[in-house]
Amino acid sequence: MSDVHSLWMAAAGGGTASIPAPQIEYGQLSPMLIVFGAAVLGILAEAFLPRRLRWGTQVTLALAGLAAAFVAVLVLANDGYGTTKSGLIAMGSVALDGPALFLQGVILLAGVLAVLLYAERRLDPRVDGVPLDAFTAQGAAAPGGEQEKQAAKAGFASTEVYPLTLFAIGGMLLFPAANDLLTMFVALEVFSLPLYLLCALARRRRLLSQEAAVKYFLLGSFASAFFLFGSALLYGYAGSFRLPDIHDVIAGTAPATPALASSTQNDVLLLVGLAMVAVGLFFKVGAVPFHSWTPDVYQGAPTPVTGFMAAATKVAAFGALLRLFYVAFPGLRWDWRPVMWAVAILTMVVGAILAVTQQDVKRLLAYSSIAHAGFILTGVIASNRQGVGAVLFYLLAYTFVTLGAFAVVTLVRDSKGEATHLSSWAGLGRRSPLLAAVFALFLLSFAGIPLTAGFTGKFAVFQAAAAGGATPLVIIGVLSSAVAAFFYIRVIVLMFFSDPQPNGPAVAIPSAFTSTAISLGVIATVGLGVLPQYFLDLASKAAMFSGH
Amino acid sequence: MSALLTATCAVPAAGAVLTAALPAGSSESRRRATKAVALTVSAATLALAGLVAAQFKTGGPRYQLTEQHAWIRSFGISFSLGVDGIGAVLLLLTAVLVPLVMLASWHDPTPGTGDSVTGAPAPEGQTFESKRRTQAFFALILAVEAMVIVSFLATDVFLFYVFFEAMLIPLYFLIGGFGDRAGGPESDRQRSYAAVKFLLYNLLGGLVMLAAVIGLYVVAQGQGFGTFDLQTLTGAIADGKLVINTNAERALFLGFFFAFAVKAPLWPLHTWLPNAMGEATAGTAVLITAVVDKVGTFAMLRFCLGLFPDASRFFAPAILVLSVIGIVYGALLAVGQKDIKRLVAYASISHFGFIILGIFAMTSQGQSGATLYMVNHGISTALLMLVAGFLISRRGSRLIADFGGVQKVAPVLAGTFLVGGLATLSLPGLAPFVSEFLVLVGTFTRYPALGIVATLGIVLAALYVLVLYQRTMTGPVKPQVAGMADLKARELLVAVPLIALTLVFGVYPKPLTDLVNPAVADTLSQVHKTDPAPAHPVAVPAGGETK
Repeated sequence: MSDVHSLWMAAAGGGTASIPAPQIEYGQLSPMLIVFGAAVLGILAEAFLPRRLRWGTQVTLALAGLAAAFVAVLVLANDGYGTTKSGLIAMGSVALDGPALFLQGVILLAGVLAVLLYAERRLDPRVDGVPLDAFTAQGAAAPGGEQEKQAAKAGFASTEVYPLTLFAIGGMLLFPAANDLLTMFVALEVFSLPLYLLCALARRRRLLSQEAAVKYFLLGSFASAFFLFGSALLYGYAGSFRLPDIHDVIAGTAPATPALASSTQNDVLLLVGLAMVAVGLFFKVGAVPFHSWTPDVYQGAPTPVTGFMAAATKVAAFGALLRLFYVAFPGLRWDWRPVMWAVAILTMVVGAILAVTQQDVKRLLAYSSIAHAGFILTGVIASNRQGVGAVLFYLLAYTFVTLGAFAVVTLVRDSKGEATHLSSWAGLGRRSPLLAAVFALFLLSFAGIPLTAGFTGKFAVFQAAAAGGATPLVIIGVLSSAVAAFFYIRVIVLMFFSDPQPNGPAVAIPSAFTSTAISLGVIATVGLGVLPQYFLDLASKAAMFSGH
Repeated sequence: MSALLTATCAVPAAGAVLTAALPAGSSESRRRATKAVALTVSAATLALAGLVAAQFKTGGPRYQLTEQHAWIRSFGISFSLGVDGIGAVLLLLTAVLVPLVMLASWHDPTPGTGDSVTGAPAPEGQTFESKRRTQAFFALILAVEAMVIVSFLATDVFLFYVFFEAMLIPLYFLIGGFGDRAGGPESDRQRSYAAVKFLLYNLLGGLVMLAAVIGLYVVAQGQGFGTFDLQTLTGAIADGKLVINTNAERALFLGFFFAFAVKAPLWPLHTWLPNAMGEATAGTAVLITAVVDKVGTFAMLRFCLGLFPDASRFFAPAILVLSVIGIVYGALLAVGQKDIKRLVAYASISHFGFIILGIFAMTSQGQSGATLYMVNHGISTALLMLVAGFLISRRGSRLIADFGGVQKVAPVLAGTFLVGGLATLSLPGLAPFVSEFLVLVGTFTRYPALGIVATLGIVLAALYVLVLYQRTMTGPVKPQVAGMADLKARELLVAVPLIALTLVFGVYPKPLTDLVNPAVADTLSQVHKTDPAPAHPVAVPAGGETK
């Protein structure tokens, strides 16, 4: 009885019965609020606007919302949040600091590029005067059924993908900024649920797309459950969901809530809880052995969505992983350091080796993204400030290269839609030298060839890891880079030195949307490779978490 | 601070971009304009390189005309250039060879016209060929030139690494995209294989070096030297302010050396070279073996010895044994080759053995000889390979057995081929003799046994060169060779300067040794090695020995 009583007392603020009204700093939360606001407006537009106006409205609304949110991030950064001052907002559940703002900026840029790819409607020829995009006419219609045909004939379009994406982006903005485990979980769900839906909405090969969505949903739910259960155990250990409080209890500088005196300081709770929370996050970043969903989902989802997931999800999840390990569990005590090492090594090696055998471009990029998650993990393990800066920079570089590469994939098409089988890419360099050269640039950047963004990022994380005493990881990373280089180069060989198939795919002429996205990708890949200093400075200045 | 060195790097780089951007088209006039632009750019580069050599003062500090611009401050990386005597001669070699390679490759990238001399029709499957082949070929050559020049001039370890690694990409496309079209689809496959093998070998070497570069930075940063600046680092190491513990130094040395040994190439890491040189055009093969591979041996001198002196001394005996194996192995395999280009490739492997032997014998004669050897091997191999290329393009075959009696139908061609061959076997009076002699003298003074085994390489060189000449040029005229044309004006323009250089440096190598010796003396002082007291004065004064 007394235990329960004191728990109530504790929750109520140590005996006084007053519950303070929450203080919300709307201005400092504005990036998220703008994106969520735009998403809500998008839902309203979906409900009330006539069909013919929806596409234009949604694209404009999404781009305007993302741009406004990006401006808000810049304004906050200009006010010194993230470099000179940082703080906790929304009753201490959201952190406003350098890593959060930097990653929010990256996620918003990824969102802009993704929306540009969504809006592409010139790749397929019009049917009955209706322009087609990458999404199915009506998600609820059974694939191949009568209803689907009618929907297509009527010129329906799944314009709800825009508000769904905005909701996902909103959740992703919150995820790396979440300062307590519950907020983190809410953010995780807010960005995951729209992604499950988006995966199922491909126009072509709908069964594959729906299968991908179901797999992603089932495995993602497991991961969420792990995360939630782990959070509960950590609460049992520390008596708080807030990351800085957990840190204080581990460090022994703060007493735990008296009500939980029997369970606090119980290392079993701590270790099992941490492991489960980490599993949830490892799943989202696609680290081995929690990676098995990646190739299937990447292959089945509509390619613009794949690009968006590959870039933005990884950014958000690594942001949360960084915050978890740097704010709540700094120093990576020997208890979990070996596990982190094992995960990083497995991720690099398995990703690189399995990619060698792939025959499908999207699956190849999926395994490549797994290998890259391993490289980024070496930066996380560095557990120094350089490591945070390096991971931030890597994520920035990786976002542009990934979205650019998937944008190129949308353009190589045959009569059945995108031609993703590698054999049909043979000889592309002889037919469309420019496009093949652009894709080769992205692949070289993935492979980490100097003067590309990928090299700078890889150098930064490996350098931080070596400085953090993880030299064996660097050596394994370098060796898996050599394996990875093999399959990137295999694609280049195929494009430039093989003879084209007689009835191989053609390269569609994109509209300004996709062209802009690809151009931005190229500019960033070369720019971050040749003149990275400004962004390295930015990332390194931003690499400071607000603790308390 | 003058910007001469930056200009020397920037002119070919800008030229590459310009050449690539020239209007496409299959008309002869468009192609001719492209080639004229590329050749002009390479001539301008040669002029700049000449200016650098003219401004270089042999009595001055080791690195001259230095420039430094901040690049990536977060990692202590700067765009710093500086030229020393070794860099100067290799810069000149590059600048001289590239225009000649371009002239020799004048018709190589022409699409769809088949063999440039016999006028045979293009093989099937070439209809997809891009109209930009000519632009691409010459732009890639200029890109390689620019990157090689940066590597020779870089005084920042990271800057060097970046261009050392990045030059693989244009080379990869040169090997894989352009080759002799003798073999049809099978040769396409072979060429693609050669290009991938080249890239993977060198990329692996480069990545291992990347780990070592990072390791060096971490170690140096830990002691307050958060920089990649070569002079700062070597200075600190020499003064004992920067102390790398023995195991770390050995590991870092091996990381750097592995990359350079793949590039050089040192036995047993050489196997990519015969493939690459066999399948690429003769011009590309010259670019690889005469210019790009020199970056590897050059970097051993500048980076391995300068940054890791103790580890260099520790590993020197093992490396010497490998290089002597390479000398004999390369020569033996050259004797057994049926393919002219692969024969030259194995001969080069043997010669790279000599260069590395000279570097790690750690005597001033050995290292001066090795540096001269880099230049002379470049000139003699370029002559032999380019003339071989002319020969091969006339016959449409690389097999030695397909030739015979060429000297009766094309005496000038046969004569230039003979000069190239004699230079390759180090005939006294021709340039390579001086350097080979110096390397052997430098080796004998410290490792007599290795010197004796290495001499075997000279004997075998006489064998493979003379047998090659005998089988292809002498004897009865084969029917397919009967109508062979002799060298044309363009081809003579390629061969004559190379022959002239071979003769001049064979008789009077002093301009080169004067440039090279101070830098060699400085390198030796970095590794704390002095020459063994010579019993007799040597042929070329070795410059300032260190006490």
